[in-house]
Amino acid sequence: MSTTGGRRPGGEHEVRGLVFRDDGEAETEPEPEPRPPSPARAGRRISRQKLTLLPALLIAVLLATWLWFRQAELDPVSENALSDGRVSKALWQHVELTVISTFFVLIIAIPLGVLLTRAAFRKATPVAMALANTGQATPAIGLLALLVIWLGIGRRAALIGIIVYAVLPVLSNTIAGLKANDPTLLEAARGIGMSPLGVLTRVELPLAVPLILAGVRTALVLNVGTATLATFGGGGGLGVLITTGITNQRMPVLVLGSILTVALALLVDWLASLAELLLRPRGLEVGT
Amino acid sequence: MAETTSTTPSARSSGATGATIELENLTKRYHGNPQPAVDNVTMEIAAGETVVFVGPSGCGKSTTLKMINRLIEPTSGRIRIGGEDVTDIDPVGLRRKVGYAIQSSGLFPHMTVAQNIGIVPKMTGWPKSRIRARVEEMLDLVGLDPGEFHGRYPRQLSGGQQQRVGVARALAADPPVLLMDEPFGAVDPITRDHLQDELIRLQRELHKTIVFVTHDFDEAIKLGDRIAVLREQSHIAQFDTPEAILTNPADDFVSGFVGAGAALKRLNLTRVGDVEITDYPTATVDDPLQDIFQRLRAGGTNEILLLDKRGRPYKWLRRGDLMRAKGSLARAGTLVHDTVTRDATLRDALEAVLTDNAGRVAVTGRRGAYEGVVDMETLINSVHEMLEADRLDALEHQHDLEESRAGQTRPGQGGGGSGERGAPA
Repeated sequence: MSTTGGRRPGGEHEVRGLVFRDDGEAETEPEPEPRPPSPARAGRRISRQKLTLLPALLIAVLLATWLWFRQAELDPVSENALSDGRVSKALWQHVELTVISTFFVLIIAIPLGVLLTRAAFRKATPVAMALANTGQATPAIGLLALLVIWLGIGRRAALIGIIVYAVLPVLSNTIAGLKANDPTLLEAARGIGMSPLGVLTRVELPLAVPLILAGVRTALVLNVGTATLATFGGGGGLGVLITTGITNQRMPVLVLGSILTVALALLVDWLASLAELLLRPRGLEVGT
Repeated sequence: MAETTSTTPSARSSGATGATIELENLTKRYHGNPQPAVDNVTMEIAAGETVVFVGPSGCGKSTTLKMINRLIEPTSGRIRIGGEDVTDIDPVGLRRKVGYAIQSSGLFPHMTVAQNIGIVPKMTGWPKSRIRARVEEMLDLVGLDPGEFHGRYPRQLSGGQQQRVGVARALAADPPVLLMDEPFGAVDPITRDHLQDELIRLQRELHKTIVFVTHDFDEAIKLGDRIAVLREQSHIAQFDTPEAILTNPADDFVSGFVGAGAALKRLNLTRVGDVEITDYPTATVDDPLQDIFQRLRAGGTNEILLLDKRGRPYKWLRRGDLMRAKGSLARAGTLVHDTVTRDATLRDALEAVLTDNAGRVAVTGRRGAYEGVVDMETLINSVHEMLEADRLDALEHQHDLEESRAGQTRPGQGGGGSGERGAPA
């Protein structure tokens, strides 16, 4: 993952150095130390470079593509494939596919991950993981074909295919995140009188957020990619442009479909990385 | 330290003081293990008392502690807190009424210091303003500046500071009972010493019932009103005051645990204020030289202690120094390097006396003002007296114990506190 951009610039080791220096009376003395994080820090977590570099690149690529299309001479077949708002419709369908599938992935995989880490269901974890693994190991296009045979052509089959394909990263990261929590910390939480639900919502999940979000980000990017296959099941999306380009041997159509897919994937990844930085609980970043 | 048991009225009016804890035939068995992890522990802990469980690792002391707040459910036996049987009540409700402090890893890293401290009151449904006030009060109580530490995250604190916050969190909802599971195990020795002193100070103010688990016998001696030395399966080898354990260990296991130098450890249990402090001829820097001469001659000693304007020990002056002083005291005499307070242990005093080249140390009171002097002779005499008294106590106690053993065959219990029951006729 390339999320290093959000690290706090320097200063993190000074804090640790205090261990042997203070205590006793010395604590009341002012210490030359970074101030406690205030709400204002949220803005500082994201560096300017992180904020501007990728969008600028994307805008440049899209602009170049647009300029190229303005001067390109398109034959009737290409014209037909790209006119009447077909491009924006395909793009919009693609975004919809991605958003809806990701939503379902989240509401399936995260609760499932939580459930599988509870003592009562822990034994079922290998089975569930094996199933999720099969989901991802199956070639997406084969899975889609099977689903179309079963459910008929349409967006539903495409969506289910995408979801099955993307459950694994979120599920395994949720489980890994929850399992990585220090057992003594959880015991302390119970020891001070938290109910099991309280321990989960106040301690376990917040601490697992970084890993869960990393899984979500992977799933999002996967979904943008898999959604291009939805066209084979009649689900629409940018895959339509790509297949049209290939079957009719029209380079401009193919290129436009590909560039838009790539740009969308990068944009989604960038947004997810921002979300990762913003949603990560404060206090975890020092020394991690 | 034995006098801390609820004889003095609580300094804080708001605080709920301790409750009794009774453990009755408490046993824990784990599946597939024929030997119980904790075997039939019976123990009574008085309200406001600090009891330390000490024993080798794996002896079940921690398991016993966790059974009190039922983090580990006992297989059999009863637990009563403040007379109420809590063995079958809702464990979540029970734990909110029992403070729990463990090593620094017990703080939630994603919450600020204030959120960590305020979490138990928040769960019990205190109004926000009251929680806020309480957090400030607790930070203040454990010696951290509320303004500075309020918004910090645990990872921005040192080990000792984290531990203070841990204690503050355990005390936040004002529970009558406080369980501490090796809370100072992860900090360096100097910090640990500070934290122990702080805990003693806190306990003097709050009078909670504290059950403290450690494997460090010195820590046990320092903190405990009574110490339970546990051997494997939490069998109680001896349950008595630190003095009694030091002077009269019940068996080889206990004496092995006490280790060498019991007499030296005994010095930790007595404060300078408890022994005789001798008066010493003094003078202040403002006194005219002639007066100082007079006083030296009248005092019959070779030396006089010069105090500064605020009455703090400043210089030791010998006769010879005065001869050479020639009208000014600015260069005469030797500066006072080391002083001890009335609250210092005899061990600290001995250290100071041994390092002083003339074998005496000045005792100071409030704001460092002079109160008297302790020298080698006083120390030796008081230690002798102390050990003699301990020996008599222990003999009496042993007699008691044998009698009670003959009466009721329950070898595990040490009986409540030495010297409480009168000597048998």
